[in-house]
Amino acid sequence: MNIVTVCGMGMGSSLVLKMNIDDILKRKGIKADVEACDLGSLVGKVADIVVTTYELKLQVEDKGYNVVYVRSVIDKKALEELILDAVGKLKK
Amino acid sequence: MNFIFSFFDEPAIIVGLMALIGLISLKKSVSQVVSGTLKTIIGFIIFQIGSGAIAEALGQLGPAFESAFHLQGVVPTNEAIIALVQEQFGMQMALIMAFGFVANLLLARFTSLKYVFLTGHHMLFMAGLLAAILTVIGFQGTSLIVIGSLLLGVTMVVTPALVQPFYRAASGSDSVAMGHYNALPYCLAALIARWIGNKEHSTEDIHVPENLSFFKDNVISTGIVMLLLFVITILLADTSVIEKLANGKNAGMFSIMAAMKFTGGFVIVLQGVRMMLAEIIPAFKGISEKLVPNAIPALDCPVIFPFAPNAVIIGFLSSLTGAIVMFLILPFTGLAIIIPGLIPIFFVGAAAGVLTNAQGGLRGTIIGCFVSGAILNVLPAFLLPLLGSLGYANSTFGDADLVLTGIIVGTIGKIFSQEGIYVLLAILFVTFVALQMKAKMTSQVKE
Repeated sequence: MNIVTVCGMGMGSSLVLKMNIDDILKRKGIKADVEACDLGSLVGKVADIVVTTYELKLQVEDKGYNVVYVRSVIDKKALEELILDAVGKLKK
Repeated sequence: MNFIFSFFDEPAIIVGLMALIGLISLKKSVSQVVSGTLKTIIGFIIFQIGSGAIAEALGQLGPAFESAFHLQGVVPTNEAIIALVQEQFGMQMALIMAFGFVANLLLARFTSLKYVFLTGHHMLFMAGLLAAILTVIGFQGTSLIVIGSLLLGVTMVVTPALVQPFYRAASGSDSVAMGHYNALPYCLAALIARWIGNKEHSTEDIHVPENLSFFKDNVISTGIVMLLLFVITILLADTSVIEKLANGKNAGMFSIMAAMKFTGGFVIVLQGVRMMLAEIIPAFKGISEKLVPNAIPALDCPVIFPFAPNAVIIGFLSSLTGAIVMFLILPFTGLAIIIPGLIPIFFVGAAAGVLTNAQGGLRGTIIGCFVSGAILNVLPAFLLPLLGSLGYANSTFGDADLVLTGIIVGTIGKIFSQEGIYVLLAILFVTFVALQMKAKMTSQVKE
């Protein structure tokens, strides 16, 4: 499974998101490649799930990805729910 | 033996070693260690390749700008200046970054400033700045690395600590701190907002259109600004200068291509830095979690954006206004012309907006961020004369604390030479010890 996290520069919030998602998936024993990326180079990436913040919704929603939006990249509890939900749907 | 020494001549190998040590100490699998280390090294190589493109485009802009306006024009873009820094000081920069992180961990472990700075690109920029400015003062070899690392470590705990009271007010907790080298504009804007503003009228009570968020796409915002800058400059410059630069090509097409080449180089540099940081930062985080109990991660500024989305846009707009006003004033001051760099102005203005809104509502945000933008656009002018040959590079550092650290260290070095820097370090050390003792005494009194 490929998960891509996105932010404006591709090395700030998206990296924080990546690290938090890595933690969550590791705890749950789910195997996935999580990669941080910037808005500009998202197009062309192969991703089962794209994770980003609501602020970038306008730029990401028309790119045809399966996107999960989060309010805050540091709220691990909310993030865990959203990610596990998205991963669960994917498996079906 | 020669092979071992040549190891340390290559900054790409040094950052690769950093990742290697990090990944091994986190007990990653062999395949993860190998791929992580190689990716870090290749990331650095990509960064070096992009550097060449940026340097070439900037080299063409410089003479054209001087011919057009009879002034030195400077684009404060970290990615551009760091590209030039790494050509001269790549190895020193990589070593300062590695040992600076160690200094950060030690300070966080043994003092009450529990911050661990995890914004990798800012660490890299500060390491590059320190390598350049300490070399101008005359440091080299081991002393350059040791002093650079200590100063880097200090900035990595002090700047988050300064912003923390305002960060806490805006985010409502102490779980995260600001790992973004702009403590000066953040604190100043927040203090002004508290003084002038009114907390009751929050930015979040009004309706703000959302369609300005395309500025977050760094490729687009850099491309547009560079296009305007190159086209206007080259059209206004002397034909003889342009003919020489364009080498027989059409001037209009030449200016468009130069702007696009700069942006292309910028994207490559970002790609390289990103690839390298994606391996190093998680390793740093893992190490800090093991070694520093109760560490507060200091993270990049957009982490605070969701706490006040309207303030993000209002903060950016008033910061941009402040920067443009300062840009228009600069030609009358005799200082170098700082061309507003959209990336720092967007990110700093937006984050300052969230912080100022928590202090002084809408009015505080507008006025505080205006001042923050103005500071961002004037400060680099004072750094240029201290950067030695890099001061003529037509680009410089864009974030305020990078610039301020450069100005402080550079000025002390210029007036008191190397001894001044040792005294600075001694003062910092005494301050940390004193703060520590004070913290211990207050906790004893409480008991």
